Amino acid sequence: MTGDVLIDVQNLSIGFKGRSGKLLPVLRNIDLGVRRGETVGIVGESGSGKSTLALAMMGYLKHGLRVISGQSLFGGNDLLAMPARELQRIRGGKIALIPQNSGQSLSPNLRVGAQLAESLALHGKVAPSAFPQRVTELLQQVRLPDPAAIASRYPHELSGGQQQRVAIAMALAGDPEALLLDEPTTGLDVTTQAHILELLSDIAARYSKAMVYVSHDLGAIARVCSRVVVMYAGEIILDGGAATVLTNPGHPYARGLLASIPRLANPSLPLALEGRPPPPGGVGPGCSFVERCAIAEAACRAERPGLQPLLAGGRVRCRLPERAGSIPTRRDGKPGSASGSFGEPLVRLSNLAISYARQSLVDQLLGRKPQGVPTVDRVDIDIRQGEVVGLVGESGSGKSTILKAIAGLVAPAGGEITYDRSGALPATVEHRRPEQLRDIQLIFQNPDESLNPRHTIEQILAQPLQLYFGLSGDALRERSIGILERVRLGAHYLDRLPSQLSGGEKQRVAIARAFAAEPKLVLCDEVTSALDVSVQAAVLDLLDQLRRDSGTTYIFVSHDLAVVRALSDRVAVLYQGRLCEIGPAAAVYSRPCHPYTEALMGAVLEPEPGARPVLMAEDIMELSPPPKGCPFQRRCHRKVGPICESTTPPQQDAGAGHVIHCHMPIEDLASAQIVRTWDNAGPPHVQ
Amino acid sequence: MRAGPTTPDAIPARPSRLVAVIREMLSRPSGCIGLFLVVAHVILALLSPYFAPFDFKAMNANAILAPPDTTHWLGTDQLGRDILTRTIMGGRQAILVTAIATPLAVAWGGLLGIYLGLAGGRLDDILMRVVDAFLALPWILKMLLMIVTFGTGVGVLIPTLAFFYGIPVIRIARAATQNIVARDFVLAARARGHSRVSIMRRELFGNVLDALMVEGAMRWSWMLLAFTSLSFLGFGVSPPTPDWGLMIADSRNFMAIAPWPAFAPVIALSSLIIGINLTADALAKALGIDRAQAAVH
Repeated sequence: MTGDVLIDVQNLSIGFKGRSGKLLPVLRNIDLGVRRGETVGIVGESGSGKSTLALAMMGYLKHGLRVISGQSLFGGNDLLAMPARELQRIRGGKIALIPQNSGQSLSPNLRVGAQLAESLALHGKVAPSAFPQRVTELLQQVRLPDPAAIASRYPHELSGGQQQRVAIAMALAGDPEALLLDEPTTGLDVTTQAHILELLSDIAARYSKAMVYVSHDLGAIARVCSRVVVMYAGEIILDGGAATVLTNPGHPYARGLLASIPRLANPSLPLALEGRPPPPGGVGPGCSFVERCAIAEAACRAERPGLQPLLAGGRVRCRLPERAGSIPTRRDGKPGSASGSFGEPLVRLSNLAISYARQSLVDQLLGRKPQGVPTVDRVDIDIRQGEVVGLVGESGSGKSTILKAIAGLVAPAGGEITYDRSGALPATVEHRRPEQLRDIQLIFQNPDESLNPRHTIEQILAQPLQLYFGLSGDALRERSIGILERVRLGAHYLDRLPSQLSGGEKQRVAIARAFAAEPKLVLCDEVTSALDVSVQAAVLDLLDQLRRDSGTTYIFVSHDLAVVRALSDRVAVLYQGRLCEIGPAAAVYSRPCHPYTEALMGAVLEPEPGARPVLMAEDIMELSPPPKGCPFQRRCHRKVGPICESTTPPQQDAGAGHVIHCHMPIEDLASAQIVRTWDNAGPPHVQ
Repeated sequence: MRAGPTTPDAIPARPSRLVAVIREMLSRPSGCIGLFLVVAHVILALLSPYFAPFDFKAMNANAILAPPDTTHWLGTDQLGRDILTRTIMGGRQAILVTAIATPLAVAWGGLLGIYLGLAGGRLDDILMRVVDAFLALPWILKMLLMIVTFGTGVGVLIPTLAFFYGIPVIRIARAATQNIVARDFVLAARARGHSRVSIMRRELFGNVLDALMVEGAMRWSWMLLAFTSLSFLGFGVSPPTPDWGLMIADSRNFMAIAPWPAFAPVIALSSLIIGINLTADALAKALGIDRAQAAVH
């Protein structure tokens, strides 16, 4: 099926001029050919140069970058040396880019149909009279329902998944020979992502285009690509068939990366990859991975290994590929959570409701209550002392809102939060007692946002220590150092600013700040979502260690089911601010009963060759929860009948605290489950 | 790159931010020219009494409206006073008054703006409408009203200028604060239970300061223009003290026969204003603030 080499990058090195005036390379000696009909995944952590490489394949260099050596050929012509006018003809017409976050790349004041027609006109391959028909065809190609209706909408009227489909249609408009995808599903919900990836692998198979798929997510790559290239510190370190790279890669870094990915079927904590990649220009004469490599020898430091062919196919940049096999790609043993007996309930959410509806002026004058369905409603969760409760759900599921309510940043509209037998917790921070404030601490998703960029680490840690313990001077400094050591950072970090730290280090500081208060309850809001996988593993390990040491209770919010699995004792699944299912993690993950949990688990992409997501729930946008009945009624694939739309689902107990909110009898729910398929045969299972 | 590959954790010492910003400003032509003009004007204003060639009051009946020559480098005015002397001393009052009024304006406008940006709610709604109403009135009307009520003199001009020019600062500070209040580190401080004052002091102030400094520089140039305009109208500095506005007003009648008495103060004033604007621009760029986004009044 694969044809001649279409994209051919030869010995390409790209760099930028550093402050010292030296040229610092971000790409080093890249050799990569992509054939027609081939789908190549480029995977790497942030800063590995994968996006720079993808853009160079289009002949584009970001501001400040320049070519040090080599060429980027497309159909035999060097794009990086081509005059701008000629390049313009090739881009879009022969090679198209599908960016991340396409919602921002669509023009907000043009209807979707008009935007597609515009790109058709630009490429001039279709007569203007045929535009409407071609637009409909394109929208059908990307499997958008009712293309005519979609074409007449504005981008903001579409969901994130639909916007991404329109962006794909736009890239297909010029009928290009090659497609570059730069993290096309990052930022989308799991179920939407699964749908988009199915579409992409279908397009790849059907139109036999050369496709380059750039992502940090090995699960997504595994779903779409037949060949995987792993990048590290601006180099290709491994290139091979997807099955080999995902199961038994020949490079120590790739093996470490695999081990650091949390997986649904495995309840233990992923293994962290210690250290961090060298900065541009910071690589010594030897191998770029030598500092973090478990099997490195003296010779690895002396000479940079070449990209050598492997017997089993593919290429690897390692002197000792045969010895790399000794590094585990799976963690075994180390259980993440010590499930079993926990203490008294620490926090109890009873019938919690939160509404963001604002009182309008008319309502204020008439003394009316704000209208609208509450964002979060009927949430009942007991969190026991020392327990980790995971809250999972897609964006808009209200999980972060619940954390804000517990932290006192949002006042509930109904229901109650009781804390530690002291009765109802005052609604907002202003009314809480100092010890209540100290007991509950919050850790945020993105440490770039949650750490004041103007404060040194010392000032950041001093905030809770001064506020809660009144420390100052030497005592303050001593305590700060002690806390830094608990998060495995040294005293020399105290004078640094957050901008001088890596992402993982910043998140450690944020964790340290929360633990400085010696809290009883720590609310973790997507704490690992902004981090690279190998760093995420280290942070998860740290959180687990801190909990073991201090007996702290966690509420752990994440959209990533595998991450929640690694850390949580109990899991609550939320949809549109309502509880769907709650129970011990082992029970919920091994036997998801609620149709939404089932859909969510089915859509998870795992870095396994041949792993196919099971697509169940419709990929539609829901802006607000339904006013009555089951929250999942509009997307449910097991809808019982009108009762789902009229009546709140009952709580059914499946034993051992596993509660399901659904109208379907529990026996039917348990028996109707779809078994996840792991083979490669046939199209994905769509119900 | 100072850190070698063997010590990936080594981080260079933190450079002083002030030094870094000034260095960055001087790396641009606008910053170089701007800072030179401003510093030169300030030095002239401070030291001019010590090296002015003539007494600014000394009249010379033999040289009335004399063109520039070797004695009077920039000529003389209608009373035969040396233009060079009067020009280099003419900025003293304007620079002194505005240099005191600008920090006052930025201080009160900035503090109120930060508070309103953080607190929000009813008070914010009401006060911002008052601010809008004030900004809708022409400034000269407001200034004249104050002067008519309280009289002229430095003791009235400084608080008046500081008051009126602090109002637009409220807006800038409030907008800058609202951008920061939405960020997680402020949310974290609120969740910890810090008081509003503590959040303003620790979390907001340092982050809004950049915007306020640039705004202050811009306010200074507007205020200089305002002060000079008042002098021009006769409400600022009283004769015979030399002042640019006054000098322009006195000599404009003779523009047709003797342009130099008017040109000298005009060039002095505009070079200072241009210098301040260039400095503000370079400062904004060095601090990474997008001035196109900031509201201008």
